[in-house]
Amino acid sequence: MPPLLQIEHLSVRFDTDDGVVAAVDDVSFALNRGEILGIVGESGCGKSATALAIPRLLPMPPARLSPASSIRLDGLELTSLPVPALRALRGARIGMIFQDPMTALSPLRRVCDQISEALRLHRRLSAAEARHLALDWLVRVGIEDPERCARAYPYELSGGMQQRVMIAIALCHDPDLLIADEPTTALDVTTQAQVLNLMQALCRKTTALLLITHDMGVVWRMCTQVAVMYAGEIVEQAPAPAFFARPLHPYAIALLEAIPSAATRGRPLRAIPGQVPSALAWPGGCRFAERCLCAHPDCLTQHPTLAAARSDAARLVRCPYADENTP
Amino acid sequence: MKTLLDIRDLRTWYPLRSGLFGRVRGHVCAVDGVSLQVRAGETLGIVGESGCGKTTLARTILLLAKPHSGEILLDGRDITAFDAAERVAYRRAVQVVFQDPFASLNPRHTILDAITEALLAHGLISRRERRETAVGLLADVGLGPEALDRYPHAFSGGQRQRICIARALALKPRLLICDEAVSALDLSVRAQILNLLESLRTKHNLSYLFITHDIGVVRHLADRIAVMYKGRIIETGPTESILGAPQDPYTRALLEAVPVVGGAHNAALSINRVLPEKAATSAT
Repeated sequence: MPPLLQIEHLSVRFDTDDGVVAAVDDVSFALNRGEILGIVGESGCGKSATALAIPRLLPMPPARLSPASSIRLDGLELTSLPVPALRALRGARIGMIFQDPMTALSPLRRVCDQISEALRLHRRLSAAEARHLALDWLVRVGIEDPERCARAYPYELSGGMQQRVMIAIALCHDPDLLIADEPTTALDVTTQAQVLNLMQALCRKTTALLLITHDMGVVWRMCTQVAVMYAGEIVEQAPAPAFFARPLHPYAIALLEAIPSAATRGRPLRAIPGQVPSALAWPGGCRFAERCLCAHPDCLTQHPTLAAARSDAARLVRCPYADENTP
Repeated sequence: MKTLLDIRDLRTWYPLRSGLFGRVRGHVCAVDGVSLQVRAGETLGIVGESGCGKTTLARTILLLAKPHSGEILLDGRDITAFDAAERVAYRRAVQVVFQDPFASLNPRHTILDAITEALLAHGLISRRERRETAVGLLADVGLGPEALDRYPHAFSGGQRQRICIARALALKPRLLICDEAVSALDLSVRAQILNLLESLRTKHNLSYLFITHDIGVVRHLADRIAVMYKGRIIETGPTESILGAPQDPYTRALLEAVPVVGGAHNAALSINRVLPEKAATSAT
């Protein structure tokens, strides 16, 4: 079976006053039904731009996709799809959950109306039917008093409740693909645990979930696949168990070691020296070379490709010395 | 170890006003009977979720919020009994680093101004000495002298947090309050700042009051931990015992909820059992 989502050579450029920002550079990955892919990376690595590019939610201009970019959902090319056809997909086959539910929900409309609107956009329903279904969804996302919540405005709800409403809107058409961009970053850990459980429980076995996060713990808990991004590129992609057992790319290794924990008590953390290079002018060689502890002289001049690791062909890594790197 | 800061039954209440004349209709008990000690040279971690009162506690210790009742003792002396001069000295002894390094530096002040403003205000240096002093302070946090004449916008989040730390250390404080000081930073930069704070602690013989919602951070650096919930401290003790064998059901639920690499794959939901008001909104 072909993958549900196939992204090839996706490059996102932003034309700014300071020059062209290469936010996403030649990103390719495939996502099958039932899989949960976690895209991890630090701020500015291009993970959100990748997520927003899929349903073409990036403002164009200033953003533009390079001509080679291809995003196919079930074989349908999204990059060249006319806008009306695209609108029919957004919300119906592609659901989205954003980081900050307070800004994603309309402050001026009641919760019930916002879910009903999402429902009626893609299905012929009377107002009463939509309202009934909306209440149903509030129950499914675990809201105790759905009648009261339905009448409420977003500001009257806690962050966790707002995010549950977002999940209801994103899932009400049973999408094939759910894109969640830092869905729990603004929430407390106990609320985060509940929201993550909810996403896991409500996704069908055949839904593909793309989870954008900076939290390795969330990836560990949720994902079947991992893609680590750095400076606009995927530097490592692997099935989650293999990745956490032995990360291969020096950046991924360093990122996992920089997490403070009980094991790091009493000794300095292995911080990554320096900072991410500017997206206006990525370095010519390996983009991580300047901060890499195992850099070779040719790393500074040769831009490495994302290639299968020698030790495991199912894994992709952007470092020719990956199999020699020891954590 | 000597007790540096001793807080006894501290309460900070915010009035709830309503109506035309803003009559006080009640109070939000943000800090509601907190007692804790910070010993000289130790790091005390305060963990809790948003709204539990941890920031209000910090603000009260910093004299930025007025306590409703209770005592704050520095070296065994109650600061509410201090005269004006002693208050100034207290403010010098207790400094703070805030969460957001973008909001806590004035965009129109150069780094030199930001770092030396307090020193000048306290009359500790003359105008002529300020550059030299500032260079030393910046070197302490790993920044070069070329930073002095730049404005905050020229720096990354991690660099700004270094500047905020230099500014806090300028007055040679004995207690540094870090209110979510690394929460806004990316993982790799966070590690740099945590290492810096740890090295500065030994170098300057500092005590830290480390306020955070990140259990990993306190696990890494705190000597003792206090868990806050709804304005009260529900559990306090050495880091290993609190995180290794938590006694309170809330602490246990909090720890289970944190996703850790190598931990459980399914989020434990014992939070539903211990927090009825959270359970009311929980997954079915």
